[in-house]
Amino acid sequence: MELLGLYNYWVFAVLLMIGFYAVIAKANMIKKLLGLSIFQAAVFLLYITMDKVEGGTAPIIQPGVTDQVFSNPLPQVLILTAIVVGISTTALGLAIVVRIKETYGTIEEDETQRLDEQA
Amino acid sequence: MLLLFGIFLLTLLVITAVAIVRATDLFVAVMLMGIFSLLMAANFFILDAADVALTEAAIGAGISTVLLLGALALVPNRERVQHTGRWAALAVVSVTTLIIVYATLDKPRLGDPNAPVHTHVAPWYLEFTPEFIDIPNVVTAVLGAYRAYDTFGEVIVVLTAGIGVLFLLGLPNGPPHTAEDSSRTRTQNLGHHLIPQVVGRLIIPFIVLFALYVQFHGEYGPGGGFQAGAIFAAAVILYALIEGEDAALKILSPSLLKALMAGGALLYGATGLVTMLLGGNFLDYSVLADDAVAGQQWGIIIIELGVGVCVAGVLLTIYHAFAARND
Amino acid sequence: MALLLDVVSWILLSAGGAFVFIGGVGILRMPTIYTRMHAASVTDTMGTLLILLGIMLQAGLTLATVKLAAIVVFLLLTGPTASYALANAALLSGVRPELTTREPD
Repeated sequence: MELLGLYNYWVFAVLLMIGFYAVIAKANMIKKLLGLSIFQAAVFLLYITMDKVEGGTAPIIQPGVTDQVFSNPLPQVLILTAIVVGISTTALGLAIVVRIKETYGTIEEDETQRLDEQA
Repeated sequence: MLLLFGIFLLTLLVITAVAIVRATDLFVAVMLMGIFSLLMAANFFILDAADVALTEAAIGAGISTVLLLGALALVPNRERVQHTGRWAALAVVSVTTLIIVYATLDKPRLGDPNAPVHTHVAPWYLEFTPEFIDIPNVVTAVLGAYRAYDTFGEVIVVLTAGIGVLFLLGLPNGPPHTAEDSSRTRTQNLGHHLIPQVVGRLIIPFIVLFALYVQFHGEYGPGGGFQAGAIFAAAVILYALIEGEDAALKILSPSLLKALMAGGALLYGATGLVTMLLGGNFLDYSVLADDAVAGQQWGIIIIELGVGVCVAGVLLTIYHAFAARND
Repeated sequence: MALLLDVVSWILLSAGGAFVFIGGVGILRMPTIYTRMHAASVTDTMGTLLILLGIMLQAGLTLATVKLAAIVVFLLLTGPTASYALANAALLSGVRPELTTREPD
């Protein structure tokens, strides 16, 4: 049972490395951005896993109920802002990819490097 | 029981992530990314993070998929299959996975109430929020009052992304004024498809109403400015898909969108300045009203409004920048 | 009375789960896109309707039941619309529906 409690962290490690592999090994730029999104989602999973308390509930204080165990609200605040920052980064990255396509005609990384070295 | 369900969802997450990396058709990869975000949102809900689940569902599964599809319309959507140089990357990735797994063996197990993260400042927030701020949702209290400065920085990040996309892609200057203009720009009008048009017109008012509900009930349940901004942007994007890009630019013109973007961030900063002028610290809301607790609640409502307006403006600007671009 | 409500809601939940499973198997096994959409729409309508009815019986007469009823109306409106839009997109991009039976290969 001890190992089952660590399953979340192992899934975090696997997802982190899947996203990282997409960033470093794939040449297509949209694939790289998707890998970056998976990487960010893995980090969110790590933080939210740390906030769960056994027998707790979402941290919304009902008036009149005094002996309720709550889960930790602090990682949730951090991840709430991180999700919005993540989509801002993805949107900006997509705008750069669209401009690269218009300038070079391709979005594969090795072809753009070759075109850069020729010019 | 919930633990088993969580394990099942996590395994599905890993399978979906592997499928995203291996798909060569980028359209398929984007659709799988939407499924990945939805599974993530369900997982967050199981781990008692209701606000985060709502945000991930609205932004990750909703807006992010639309933006990726908008970009895919402008770039080639098949990836070129490559056969070289992957083994070094695979080796590095596998070794790093094993190192991280070895490091996680020291962590407290899931749900341990004696973990270090639960002992320092979080019990203080949970115990003293009814006394200082008196709103039920502790996450909104921490986001809006205790850590308001971090949230201000994050609104500025969203604004910067909007400005960046405006620099890179740009918006058309307004709705087309002449017939020659409107024949040049793309009009993805679904007017001759009756069923999506009727159903879309039926549910758009309810989506806007739901966005307003989420905005103003952020203090009593899961909700707040970020989710409300994303849901409002989704309603306008649905209108743009059904009635055409020109009609959407006519009702919310680009200058109005830029004003919304800047106005939301300005509202947030202005609240901080007003509290300084009234004698308190920057973003110390207790000076906004006679009663300190009422002042805190006023402050949270005003800054959440600023956040919602800014996020809606930025997301709509980014969508129009992609959708109105001619290729 | 509570036992009867429990039994009925368990029956509804299991039936809904069975319909979702049938829809999933259908999507995997059907040959073309139009037949797969038939299978997917089963999940959309019958599956969610029965599951949400089962949960509504469990919740009793509270505000949560009204919210669940609103979700049912919303899903019944948008699910078939999504299937229509998908079928229309497939038709417009040139996938012809197969009108004669095919030998299994």
